[in-house]
Amino acid sequence: MTVSGGRPMFDIYLLEAAINGILLGGVLALLALGLNLIFGVIDVVWICYAELIMMGMYGMFYMVSVYHVPFLIAAVLTVLLVAALGVLLHLIVIAPLLNAAPINQLLATGGVLAFLQALATVMFGIDFRNLGIRMPVIEISDMYISYARLLAFGTALAGMVAVYLFLSRTYTGTAIRAIAQDRQIMPLMGVDTRKIYLVTSAIGGGLAGLASCLLVLQYDVHPFIGLTFGPITFMICVLGGLGNMVGGFVAAFVFAEIISIAGLYMDLEWGYVFAFVFFIVMMFIRPRGLLARRT
Amino acid sequence: MNRALPWITGAVLIALPFVYKAPYPMHLMVVVLIWAFAYTSWSVMGRFGLVSLGHGGFFGVGAYSTALLWNYFHLSPWFGVPIGMVLAVVLALVVAYPCSRFRITGHYFALVTLALSAIVLQVATASRDITGGSLGYTPERAHAGGGLIAFQFTDKLTWYFIALGVWAIGLFIRWKVDHSMIAYALEAIAEDEDAAGAAGVNVTSEKLKVTALSAAMTAFAGALYCQYQMFISPDTVSGISVSLQMVFAAVVGGIYVLPGPTVGAIITILLAEGLRIFFGTRALGWDNLVYGTLLVVFIIFLPQGLVGVAWNKLTGRRQSA
Repeated sequence: MTVSGGRPMFDIYLLEAAINGILLGGVLALLALGLNLIFGVIDVVWICYAELIMMGMYGMFYMVSVYHVPFLIAAVLTVLLVAALGVLLHLIVIAPLLNAAPINQLLATGGVLAFLQALATVMFGIDFRNLGIRMPVIEISDMYISYARLLAFGTALAGMVAVYLFLSRTYTGTAIRAIAQDRQIMPLMGVDTRKIYLVTSAIGGGLAGLASCLLVLQYDVHPFIGLTFGPITFMICVLGGLGNMVGGFVAAFVFAEIISIAGLYMDLEWGYVFAFVFFIVMMFIRPRGLLARRT
Repeated sequence: MNRALPWITGAVLIALPFVYKAPYPMHLMVVVLIWAFAYTSWSVMGRFGLVSLGHGGFFGVGAYSTALLWNYFHLSPWFGVPIGMVLAVVLALVVAYPCSRFRITGHYFALVTLALSAIVLQVATASRDITGGSLGYTPERAHAGGGLIAFQFTDKLTWYFIALGVWAIGLFIRWKVDHSMIAYALEAIAEDEDAAGAAGVNVTSEKLKVTALSAAMTAFAGALYCQYQMFISPDTVSGISVSLQMVFAAVVGGIYVLPGPTVGAIITILLAEGLRIFFGTRALGWDNLVYGTLLVVFIIFLPQGLVGVAWNKLTGRRQSA
């Protein structure tokens, strides 16, 4: 494509970047939702959240590319697998630390981060792997939109709606929201907190599993892929206000647009740098998150 | 006995290379001492509940500014290192001031500082025309005889004494902080920020002082690491992994006791080297597998760390964490 006839082609690139930003934002919002749910309900930060996604991506890779499981069945299995990982994480690491200082919980999941990275290195090696599925690219008036991204965006939105319906329409969902509001009172009201924590961990893990099915279509998987998604997810959650799911949703799109549009003019890494600097500046302005209520 | 112990340890460490100085153990000692200094620097603030995951960033700033200033402007590390330390302090204050002002503590603080080390990592990777990106960066070799100005020494023995001195000064600084008025103020803040403020403690100022000190020391450790290894890359001197490595080693050793981070450095580095020697390249990943497991086990069962537990056993009292 050349710039011809004096009409700058620049704005169509910008539009393309903006649209890709929205598509990226959908996936980031899905990542942030899982983490926010865990934080809001259990009051724990899973620093190793992105490493759960990495394990899910390896699960997808082995099932689809090595054992030739049909994609959809593999995706369902991956969601269940990572949900189980989430439950295990809660039982083994978080549950013994529920009454410890919050920072100890965060550091313990930091240990799990190192553990999972190393486990993947030992089990799968450090090669970059991908499914080898080439998704078509949709061309709309000189703009190129990747089908994989569109699919990821749609699925992420559907996943978020499902979680929303679960939280607002079911008895367990109501109990989860109630615990997020008051951790002390709910056990007295006859809610089994242990069961609720397990269900929440399973949902948080399941969302990570769903994200891994979508990300494996766009990115190569390797043991350190978590470091690509991890920091950005935490920053989205903090920017939106930890535990504030709507705030996280908004923040995900703001971040995605910054990364995508800055990446248009410079290297992709600078997009991340701008997003991170924006994050720190926002900490000055809105320390409790974008949508924080003034107290 | 307790009073004599530091002097005996010091004398043994100074005498050691005159008795035994094979290059490889010497190299290990230098590496252990540099990291022990870095972990101690982290614990200067970490022990007061200010758990920072941004120290990978400070370490990277120290390393990269020293190397870049030397290569591009031929500025001797004697000036470059202080500049790197000032930069790290500025960076630390830019983040720590709003954090303290707006009461961002606990895991919020950890996550905000995490952004800091991620920024340094990304900037070092992204400006690959200047820093060589993820391929890494090497300070230019000094001309013959210019070693002192360039702060480059080929002799392991020289490095051993430099690292030993720096480590000892690091321990001394931490000891000074632990026995100062600031420590009382910060312990009160860690217990209850409102109460401490009401009792007349200037919360923000005390926090910023100890953060600036810790960041400057960490940047110095980064510069030292760069000068010793003569090679740095974004992944080895900055980012979350380095931050977690610092927190991890300090926790394993024990953050509330002076020698804790040093013991953490000895354990982690010997573990990694041991696995590498016995398993060769097949050991790739095994050291972190053990680290990760140990970190989880320690936090659940021994949050005071090895030295902390040993210390409590010896003195027969339980130090509240």
